[in-house]
Amino acid sequence: MNYIWFLIILVAIVSAAITGRVNEMVNAIWSGAQKSIEIAIYLAGIMAFWLGIMKIAEKSGLVMAIAKLITPLAKKLFPDVPDKNPVIGDIAMNFTANAFGLSNAATPIGIKAMEELQKINKDKKSASNDMCTLLAMNTAGFQLVPTTVIAVLAASGSKNPTEIVLPTLVVTSIAFVSALIIVKLLEKFSKPQVVGDFEEVEND
Amino acid sequence: MIRTFIEFLSSWFIPFIVLFVIAFGLVKKVPVYETFIDGAKDGLKVSVNIVPYLVAIIVAVAMLRASGAIELAQIAFGKCLRAFNIPVDVLPVMIVRSLSGSAVLGIFSDIASQFGPDSFVTKLTAIMVGSSETTFYVLAVYFGSVGIKKFRHALLTGILADIIGIVAAVVVANCLFL
Repeated sequence: MNYIWFLIILVAIVSAAITGRVNEMVNAIWSGAQKSIEIAIYLAGIMAFWLGIMKIAEKSGLVMAIAKLITPLAKKLFPDVPDKNPVIGDIAMNFTANAFGLSNAATPIGIKAMEELQKINKDKKSASNDMCTLLAMNTAGFQLVPTTVIAVLAASGSKNPTEIVLPTLVVTSIAFVSALIIVKLLEKFSKPQVVGDFEEVEND
Repeated sequence: MIRTFIEFLSSWFIPFIVLFVIAFGLVKKVPVYETFIDGAKDGLKVSVNIVPYLVAIIVAVAMLRASGAIELAQIAFGKCLRAFNIPVDVLPVMIVRSLSGSAVLGIFSDIASQFGPDSFVTKLTAIMVGSSETTFYVLAVYFGSVGIKKFRHALLTGILADIIGIVAAVVVANCLFL
């Protein structure tokens, strides 16, 4: 991530030098920093609400019940999660919310799942294999119906805005399955986590 | 038919979950109100924790967009894209879709109004946008919330899956809409 971050900034600065848009870019720094706080504030309320609801689901044993249903499948994807850990239920709900395009609901639940995985993670600064798998499920962004895209198409006067639903579903499924296959393949080649190793090594 | 059914499911999903969770909690004799407050507190803590990670990624992306880098890439890779039957105008979508959700929607609306909602460019863009997820934002938020600094193979997975998504979108759009 260190290199990616630097690369994005470097490309931006070099491009600004070529296009002469230095002032625009500098302004973007300030507005971007402001915008990240806006997003955080926007997220805060939604996060508080969902984590409140999820806490009830957890205490009542509901999350556990969902976890049991999909445990056989999830165990294959998340082999390091101990038996009967509630995180499997969170992962299931995160996936369900994503599939319905409810990213406002999916993100807090996904973050909660990430926190649970962090509890059983050996090296707190480095992502465990299971954490990478959860991330892969989320970055691939599986969605049944792309509602915002349909909305934009309809707003601009498309004759048949839902025409793209099926092709999008095909593409998103391909990407999702590929992400899972890739994450499991890379897991074998990725440097294992070292417990108690605080050396600054870049191995992402 | 199927669409109305899925739309129905989508809009009723949240109310159903909320009602069901609270009712189930009451049946199981959970003090639902106090429990909700507890969880909501955790939610606020998480959103404070992710701020630094958000600033890092959002500023970098904002710089990239404002610098004109995307226009430069259009000039540089235009010929190459045409060889694969990808209109040059789709390039910003390919770059931005993994970086910023609001930006990619902006570009998409722009393309839809510029080329017409039923053009090939718009349909290809629609598929790309509809199947996209802001990979870098998700990485920053999910790992940021728990303080993970080494992303290991999650980063490469996200990027490769995005590339596969783009290729799949181009292939599917070419098969169906050209």
